[in-house]
Amino acid sequence: MWRRCLLTGMLVWLAATPASAFVAYVSNEKGNTVTVIDTNSWTVTKTIKVGQRPRGIEFSRDGKFVMVAVGDDDTIQVIDTKTQEIVDTLPSGPDPELFTQDAAGKTMYVANENDNTVTVIDLEKRARIGDIQVGVEPEGMTISPDGKILINTSETTNMAHFIDTSTRQIVANVLVDSRPRFAQFKRDGSELWVSSEIGGTVSIIDPVKREVTGKITFEIPGLRNEAIQPVGIGMTKDGKTAFIALGPANRVAVVDGVTHKVLKYLLVGQRVWHMDFTPDEKYLLVTNGVSNDVSVIDVASQKVIKTIQVGELPWGITIAQP
Amino acid sequence: MLRWLIGTIALSMVATGALAADPVEVHIGYLGHAGVKSTLSLIEQPADNDGIAGARLAIEDNNTTGKFLNQRFVLDEVKVKDSDDVAKVATDLAGRNDYIITDLPADALLKVADALRDRGTVLLNAGAIDDRLREQDCRANVIHIAPTRSMLADALGQYLVWKQWKRWLLVVGSHDQDKLYADALRRAATRFGAKIVQERTFEDTGGARRTDSGVTLIQRQMPVFTQQAPAYDVLVAADESEVFANYLPYRTWDPRPVAGSAGLVPTSWDAAHDQWGAVQIQNRFVKLNMRRMTALDMQAWTAARMIGEATSRTNSGDPKKVIAFLKGKDFSIAAFKGTRLTLRDWNLQLRQPILLADGRMVVSVSPQEGFLHQVSELDTLGVDRPETKCKLQ
Repeated sequence: MWRRCLLTGMLVWLAATPASAFVAYVSNEKGNTVTVIDTNSWTVTKTIKVGQRPRGIEFSRDGKFVMVAVGDDDTIQVIDTKTQEIVDTLPSGPDPELFTQDAAGKTMYVANENDNTVTVIDLEKRARIGDIQVGVEPEGMTISPDGKILINTSETTNMAHFIDTSTRQIVANVLVDSRPRFAQFKRDGSELWVSSEIGGTVSIIDPVKREVTGKITFEIPGLRNEAIQPVGIGMTKDGKTAFIALGPANRVAVVDGVTHKVLKYLLVGQRVWHMDFTPDEKYLLVTNGVSNDVSVIDVASQKVIKTIQVGELPWGITIAQP
Repeated sequence: MLRWLIGTIALSMVATGALAADPVEVHIGYLGHAGVKSTLSLIEQPADNDGIAGARLAIEDNNTTGKFLNQRFVLDEVKVKDSDDVAKVATDLAGRNDYIITDLPADALLKVADALRDRGTVLLNAGAIDDRLREQDCRANVIHIAPTRSMLADALGQYLVWKQWKRWLLVVGSHDQDKLYADALRRAATRFGAKIVQERTFEDTGGARRTDSGVTLIQRQMPVFTQQAPAYDVLVAADESEVFANYLPYRTWDPRPVAGSAGLVPTSWDAAHDQWGAVQIQNRFVKLNMRRMTALDMQAWTAARMIGEATSRTNSGDPKKVIAFLKGKDFSIAAFKGTRLTLRDWNLQLRQPILLADGRMVVSVSPQEGFLHQVSELDTLGVDRPETKCKLQ
């Protein structure tokens, strides 16, 4: 009896100990807000009013700022993480949605959905320094780990464009399934994964050969095929496990990073969009667009452990040290 | 140094390789009919380029993609008058083009399909919603992008039943296509458990659609026309001929909503649709055409995009390969409807969600939640495989 009490007590104490103390910023597409979540208490600590239709969101490399693309205001707003207030804007070009930065945090690349371009921004000077013409409705953006290749996916052209970051020229175009929305490299640069929302697949691309070498497909019993719409991708640093948000299927697929086999499906909220890991990779947070919440996934046990209510239509998420 | 040299040589080889090959040119014909119908509402009056404008945008989109694949798309636009020999015009057009997008009435479309059957030209029907073209009169060389009347009626029926507006007062116009729409609405009522409490016919007695003192008269006519109806939840109007339906909202004897040809209208597209990335195509369309996008524009856009999609997937300018891909099981197209659109293999009809719009907003999108199907929920809209009368040949 005493022993059990002690044990339970210890468990409670263990659970209460701050396992992590990070801050997550969630963009709420309809609410025109950014929700700030403390990953220690799993509570909302602040709601920041931002511009119209916030979607793509990312920490600056130095962790001092959070940048959020507010598409309907045709700009990217900069939030100071100390004051949690908007302090600046970036000249992003029309309707920015997703963006990526180089490793040094000096250059930013923005997908502009409305005019088939990728805009290049000098982050120090806060100035637009170039445009790259890509396919119809550019969306997904990522940079190869060596920084040499920028990837942009175009939703109606259905391609992953390989752009040389030094010349800013397209060097290859890889056709993938319908409506490619998100791209991510493995940390070692050996694979590029691209999700196709309408096609319902994730293409595995060999970045050297620049061809599709495999495809991940999904099957969920009792769910119609058309509802499976892959969007956000999260991969552990060791490249062994990947998580793929399946949109209106309301599930996140857990995929073996090496064999590309789907291991299991985790039930989350409605229309799951994007995700980010806590820096210690203990937790993965995913945004659920229709149910207005964020699901917390325990990465080791591959279980959903918590749901946090956020603003209206949460879309993007970024997590870093406070 | 040597490595640099090899790199340069390799690069220049890649560049010449791309330049050396001639681009694949894909010629798409657009066969429309001259003259636009008169609508009751001035703001619904179709533009002269209704439909074609959508095809033009798709050609631009295809060419943006095509520049990465060395493919080029060209649109060849022709309009026929009622007095023209449509089969001859179509044969000429088929001589210059690999595919033809059509916006023709059902009989004209059948004439064209039969005239081009032996030469193997495939038609993409963007305009005609007649069920018979997908049923007893189906043709193996016609792919249907436009939804059918029964798909539109089912989309509306599902929503009205979901809303628990199950008692319908059906008002039907006196023209043939009004009666066909009424047939589809009756079928929808039976399928989804609604009840038509009474039917009335609105006779077209002729007359101008626009007059200087029209409102006064209509305000007196419509309440009288709709009075003494049995208890009903919603007035459903079948008036494709644009004679009376748009006069009904706010003027019915009983205060009831109107749906069908006015009020809540089922449609493949609406200028207010903004979900699932639709804002992007709406913006592109307005930028190119200086007006908003209609359902016919969207149907023509989808038709031309299907050719573009199949050409990029097959990496081929050979229409045989492209058509085989379109008809095959791997084909699907994204068209801002939140789901992939595919072809029904038994009659070559494009499966698609249907929007329900009130002229200002998209109110809902069917199929509605809870209407289930063993293959695709999109097949809860329209005539399904077990009921089809189509034998493709």
